Amino acid sequence: MQHVVVQEAAFDVGHEYTRLAELSDHVGGVSIFVGCVRDTAGDLQSLTLEHYPGMTEKMLQNLSAEAFERFHLAGCTIIHRVGTLGVGSPIVFVGAAAAHRAEALQATAFLIDKLKTGAPFWKCEQFKDGRRVWVEAKAADDEAAAFWS
Amino acid sequence: MAKIKVLYFASLREQLGYAEDIIDVPQAGFDIQSLITLLGEKKPQVKAVLTETPRLRAALNQTLVSFTTAVKPGDEVAFFPPMTGG
Repeated sequence: MQHVVVQEAAFDVGHEYTRLAELSDHVGGVSIFVGCVRDTAGDLQSLTLEHYPGMTEKMLQNLSAEAFERFHLAGCTIIHRVGTLGVGSPIVFVGAAAAHRAEALQATAFLIDKLKTGAPFWKCEQFKDGRRVWVEAKAADDEAAAFWS
Repeated sequence: MAKIKVLYFASLREQLGYAEDIIDVPQAGFDIQSLITLLGEKKPQVKAVLTETPRLRAALNQTLVSFTTAVKPGDEVAFFPPMTGG
């Protein structure tokens, strides 16, 4: 099972966990990562996520298929939100179900590391004083993605 | 001559104030870098934005490509800054 969605609406972590956990009796572990809007200095109003419709879904489906094959998964879920989100709001859900924990944990790390720099999303921060700043890509994110190459 | 659709995203779209150009290009021997040059000749504003964006990225028909990739009539080319999802 591979489930890839780009949406504005919030997602239900419990529902997504159950979908992965109940896939098959062979599932021995489900790993989940949820990324949310961080306010580092206490001055963030909201975060807006823009994307490239069509290409985004294609890139996420490619990533899901790669993880599914590479880590022998029973299930893989990627849900990425777009639009304007408040501080603390969940942005992205990545989940992997596998027979053993190592594959599930590695697949989750692989998916989020690759997704950050490999799918066409862009973050713009809106601050309480009215400033708007496009988030710059971090070298550490490129290095994390390269780790899996 | 043939037409190519060019899309701009994120900070590029915001700086330009619009999201899309349709541009006439020669039929053959044309790549992404040539497109950047041509856009720059026709639209100084686009030239400024493309040249001032650090680590500019390009996609051809919704796949990331290098600037030496050939483009052909009917293609969709997109320019954007490095991606920051997750």
